[in-house]
Amino acid sequence: MNELLIECRGLSKAYGRKIALDGVDLSVGRGRIVGLLGPNGSGKTTLIKLLCGLLQPTYGELAVNGMKIGPDTKAAVSYLPDRMYFSNWMKATDLFDLFRDFYRDFDYDKALAMCKSLGVEPRDKLKSMSKGTKEKVQLVLVMARKAQLYLLDEPIAGVDPAARDFILRTILTNYNEEGTVLISTHLIADIEKVLDEAVFLKNGRIMLHETIDDIREKEGKSVDALFREVFRAQPMEGGEF
Amino acid sequence: MEWKLTDDRPIWLQLAEQMTRRIITGVYPPGSRLPPVRELAGEAGVNPNTMQRALAQLEQDGLTKADRTAGRLVTQDTGVLDAVRRTSAREIINQYFDAMAELGYTRSQAGALLEEDME
Repeated sequence: MNELLIECRGLSKAYGRKIALDGVDLSVGRGRIVGLLGPNGSGKTTLIKLLCGLLQPTYGELAVNGMKIGPDTKAAVSYLPDRMYFSNWMKATDLFDLFRDFYRDFDYDKALAMCKSLGVEPRDKLKSMSKGTKEKVQLVLVMARKAQLYLLDEPIAGVDPAARDFILRTILTNYNEEGTVLISTHLIADIEKVLDEAVFLKNGRIMLHETIDDIREKEGKSVDALFREVFRAQPMEGGEF
Repeated sequence: MEWKLTDDRPIWLQLAEQMTRRIITGVYPPGSRLPPVRELAGEAGVNPNTMQRALAQLEQDGLTKADRTAGRLVTQDTGVLDAVRRTSAREIINQYFDAMAELGYTRSQAGALLEEDME
């Protein structure tokens, strides 16, 4: 088995003339929880979409599990998008049926158990669920797979702080131990304790890639505090208004 | 017992300190089995690898022993436990003297005040 799970070399993505990712070199191993951190418009979602094959790179190379992005890598990647894509008439159990058909590694019983612990009634229609509850359903779908790589794009943005802790614990206790979790967020303080490593993205480039405890040891402050420092000077940069 | 994690220091170090405290205060008694890494990590809301690193430190300090079948066992060596307890006590005493020094008391004055209070 390939030791590295994610390998990017000179990875770049341009949307027309706008450069979203600019020569990203990134290596991530197995069994890690990695935070992909950066302000709005720094390229977090673009990187995640490249990893799950929703976008094609403009330049550079990208491998997951030692393979180019394709059906084989998609079978090993579990992706939580930053928006909803379900029909309102469906129940959570309809989605579980769908996922069981699509993904060999989907664990139906685990999905039901996770619903129970998150307080979600899986036979309710999505139409009747709050935004936060729908996000929980989406998280259940993603975490009930025994994947190699979990790509979570802003998994905690839409829920209240109490539910946030609960969701983080759900991620911690449910991910496949040999698998890696990549979480994008700008809510660093909430997520810092569950991470092994942090990747800071700024204007499509990687500014820093280190373990959380190395950052704390070197800087004598939390990753959240460091993030605020690094990104404070240019309030207008990278922002989408 | 709650986990208290501050922002300014490595997380694994704080976890190791708090696990040490739990062992010398008898939350995990001598000879007992520590909960699995995942369970401890879930309880503290931290990454399992970080908890693993903290537990490795406990083993290095001689507070725990890996057991092939039973996970990690707390040592029954009272010598080790006493020595670690003593180190913790010394830290608390030093904190007292440091705080008193800030108020302008010398070590001997601080010691005298402490004795006065014990009577």
